[in-house]
Amino acid sequence: MPLKQVSPTDEFIKGLWRDNPVFIHMLGLCPALAVSNTAINALAMGAATTFVLLMAGLSVSLLRNFIPREARIVSYICIIATFVTCVDYAIMAISIELHRALGAFIALIVVNCLILGRSEAFASKNNPGRALLDALGMGVGFTGALFFIGVMREVLGSGTLFGVGLFPDGFQTWTVMVLPSGGFFAMAIWLLVVNWIRHRQEDAEKKTAEQAGEAAS
Amino acid sequence: MNAPDPLQQKKTSTWEMYRAIVGIGAFCALLIVSVYQGTYARIADNKARFLNNAIAGVLPAVHSTVEVSLDETGALIRATEPADLPAFLGYGEDDELVGAVITAQAMGYADNVTVLYSYSFDLQAIVGFMVLETKETPGLGDKVETEPHFLANFEALDARLNEDGTALANAIVTVKQGEKTEPWQIDGITGATITSDAIGVIMQKGSSYWLPAFERDARNFEPSSEE
Repeated sequence: MPLKQVSPTDEFIKGLWRDNPVFIHMLGLCPALAVSNTAINALAMGAATTFVLLMAGLSVSLLRNFIPREARIVSYICIIATFVTCVDYAIMAISIELHRALGAFIALIVVNCLILGRSEAFASKNNPGRALLDALGMGVGFTGALFFIGVMREVLGSGTLFGVGLFPDGFQTWTVMVLPSGGFFAMAIWLLVVNWIRHRQEDAEKKTAEQAGEAAS
Repeated sequence: MNAPDPLQQKKTSTWEMYRAIVGIGAFCALLIVSVYQGTYARIADNKARFLNNAIAGVLPAVHSTVEVSLDETGALIRATEPADLPAFLGYGEDDELVGAVITAQAMGYADNVTVLYSYSFDLQAIVGFMVLETKETPGLGDKVETEPHFLANFEALDARLNEDGTALANAIVTVKQGEKTEPWQIDGITGATITSDAIGVIMQKGSSYWLPAFERDARNFEPSSEE
């Protein structure tokens, strides 16, 4: 049976919701939990990861017929590490303070399983256009997930959003939310919300299918 | 004799392996060097601005600084080129000596920890502290930047010299949390033992190297308007 042809739009959209790397596949959780204590850190880490995803996806796809099967992992890691190093320099050139805030996690993008996973599972088997769309969708999905976690942690933990105060002086901040354990709490709450929405969608689809079946019979 | 496995992959030749790995390595090296060269000047500017802000943070009374180094005899001289771990004399608005700022580093848990701290000539003590660079474990080792009881060590950490003025009178050491009994001891952090120990090593190393020369020569040093 021929495989169903996936449209370019689907290639992009799947990373945003259906195959979201953080909320569905639970990939790249180390930076997702560690750097998401403020919204701006979450966006910066998301943007850096998206750039590396895009460039690694494009490079692996372009070189897919040049890289022997036996040398693919070392080649992918070398390509990913190169773009991570470039991002590291770029962030230092933009802002030393931002570089300090992201700390060791910029370098750790190299071992983010999301990037190696997409290079191995998708970019090495598809043309550059599709590889870029897939990487962009996954990157935006990853950034979005980090942003939602970051907003929740910053608003509750610091009483601010992008550094701007949101509450009157008497507001007691939930300090635990900006600590490492707060990352797990925020992640759990968002997983609850995402799974609740997914189950509702699946139930609605089942009902529609049943109604269509009954109508047909 | 077994029949050949139809699923067996075509064997990759040695040339194909070399071509791929060396080719990708060369491409990656070229890209990294190009980006490094392209961003070098901007990063240097950002680091200089960050360092100036950090110096003002650990020595608020400073108005201008002079980067210094030691010559072969151990005398204090104006630095001719920026050092990797610079030290500065800090001057107030009327060119009076208000303190010194030292950068030093030692191995932490994950990598070198680089610290900037200030020395008061009046108190003969370390009076300010800031971590410049660290890759320590988030939530554990990086507590040295945020833990209030640890930062309180550097309000006036005793760094007096001995009677000869050639070495510290008491070695600066990090002790276990809650066991500090002397003004030259650093009260450590439980859960960040290696990193807080490294801070003690940094202070001891940096102070042993710079303070004898500072105490001997700094008051007679000719200040300048260098910012």
